[in-house]
Amino acid sequence: MTLTVVKPGMLTTVQDLGRHGYQGLGVPVSGPMDAYSHRVANAVLGNDPTAAALEVTLLGPELVADGPLVCAIAGAEFDVTVDSALMPSRLPFEVRSGARIRFGPRRRGARATLAVRGGFDLPSTLGSCATHLASRMGPFGGRALRAGDILPVTASVPSPPSLPSHLAYPSLLPTEGARVRVLPAVHRERFSDVAWARLTGERYMVTPQSNRMGYRLDGPVLPFVASADILSEAVAMGTIQVPSSGQPILLMAEAATTGGYATIANVISVDLPIAGQLAPGDWIAFEPCTLEQALSALRARETAFRSSL
Amino acid sequence: MMTRVLPAGDSAWLIELPERIDPGINARAVAIARAVEHAALPVTDVVVGYRSVMVYVDPLAREADRIQAALEGIAAAPHADAVDAGRDVEVPVCYDEPYGPDIADVAALGGCTPEEAIARHLAGDYRVYVVGFVPGFAYMASVDPRIAAPRRRSPRVQVPAGSVGIAGAQTGVYPASTPGGWNLIGRCPVRPYDPDRADPFLFRAGDRVRFRRISTADYRDATEWGDA
Repeated sequence: MTLTVVKPGMLTTVQDLGRHGYQGLGVPVSGPMDAYSHRVANAVLGNDPTAAALEVTLLGPELVADGPLVCAIAGAEFDVTVDSALMPSRLPFEVRSGARIRFGPRRRGARATLAVRGGFDLPSTLGSCATHLASRMGPFGGRALRAGDILPVTASVPSPPSLPSHLAYPSLLPTEGARVRVLPAVHRERFSDVAWARLTGERYMVTPQSNRMGYRLDGPVLPFVASADILSEAVAMGTIQVPSSGQPILLMAEAATTGGYATIANVISVDLPIAGQLAPGDWIAFEPCTLEQALSALRARETAFRSSL
Repeated sequence: MMTRVLPAGDSAWLIELPERIDPGINARAVAIARAVEHAALPVTDVVVGYRSVMVYVDPLAREADRIQAALEGIAAAPHADAVDAGRDVEVPVCYDEPYGPDIADVAALGGCTPEEAIARHLAGDYRVYVVGFVPGFAYMASVDPRIAAPRRRSPRVQVPAGSVGIAGAQTGVYPASTPGGWNLIGRCPVRPYDPDRADPFLFRAGDRVRFRRISTADYRDATEWGDA
């Protein structure tokens, strides 16, 4: 069984939950911008959460099934049709052999996950199928999918697990913008209190110079009390770094492993999927919280997720 | 040595050492990183910086609340063997035309001839301080101050893979064709990152590196970049 790309859409990539364990050798984690939706799409199919799936961006693809498939979509809301019939979000649906999956108009959010029961059967690099565009790592030479690409599907168990209710997995989609919670980063002291007050009190805009690597934000300048340049050290998705211009950059899924700019804040893990659903032109606001609040929100999300299985 | 253990977001800790490029400080960071990797902690990744160690953890792991104390213990340990860790790596470089387009600029800055600039680059004993940026890129230091040319004012859109560059006190080999602002002085035929090699990574933080000059003919025989 395979899924063939008829039209690739704006940016459709193969992702799993990322390439962990090699950051010390310069290998970025990559993975989905919205890991929550990746897990939901796999969960409703009974897949392992780490199964490879497609990340669809802003303008979705068109694909044709060769062999009967069971698929699920989570994340951004698109009008997804299979041979003209509208498909639900966060519920499994059948795709008969020869049928076309079309992503139509986008209603909310920026990125959707399309998963197939059994997952895609693609070669892994350093233990992962995640695509990292900048270093060309991952299946298909680490590039976005093109028309004609064929995605093999792992043969799966014939009988589906009992179908869970999609209501069990709440949608986390922002509308035009989102508030995310932050913790002060290790270089917080290099910035003035005015900088912190601006970052956590004003809205920033996600500029068109944004991609899977990071969001360049436009808003009030963040003044330094020390140099913006630091000796290179590790950075990750959720890190907010500030070059000497004073305009912050929120690092996202394709973040390089190290950076040379001072960091002012870190978006907390539980809110990263919401940030991952923003598009250029959307606003983002940062709300301070404590480490205890960050961890307790993450644990609550995880408990709710697991009790839905 | 003054050391701090700081939370970096909700799923990482940064162990911070004194803020300067210094082989002793970096050696201690490497030793701390190895000790963290061998400790029984829910660690997913460990990244050595010039003077820091980032420790990524699974924030949902049950032991997460004892990590700060465990890292403080590791950071405070003597790590007496730190300086001798690391391997010796010899890196072949062809400095001939057209592989070192910026060698004349680097030489002019140092008030010497291109041949003297090459000799100064070859004379150095370098340390890999950090591996980062892209897979397999090693930040090495310290370059002879007389050829420590600053980053180019306008970065190149495309630096050929294998290029050997200088940026201030740092030197390194580009493992892939990427944009870059370093001064290019030569080309290395060996891939710093090759997924099909038994050990895909040529460099690790803490390695000692020396460059060895090769001819254009040797470069063409040895190149792994398909540019013979």
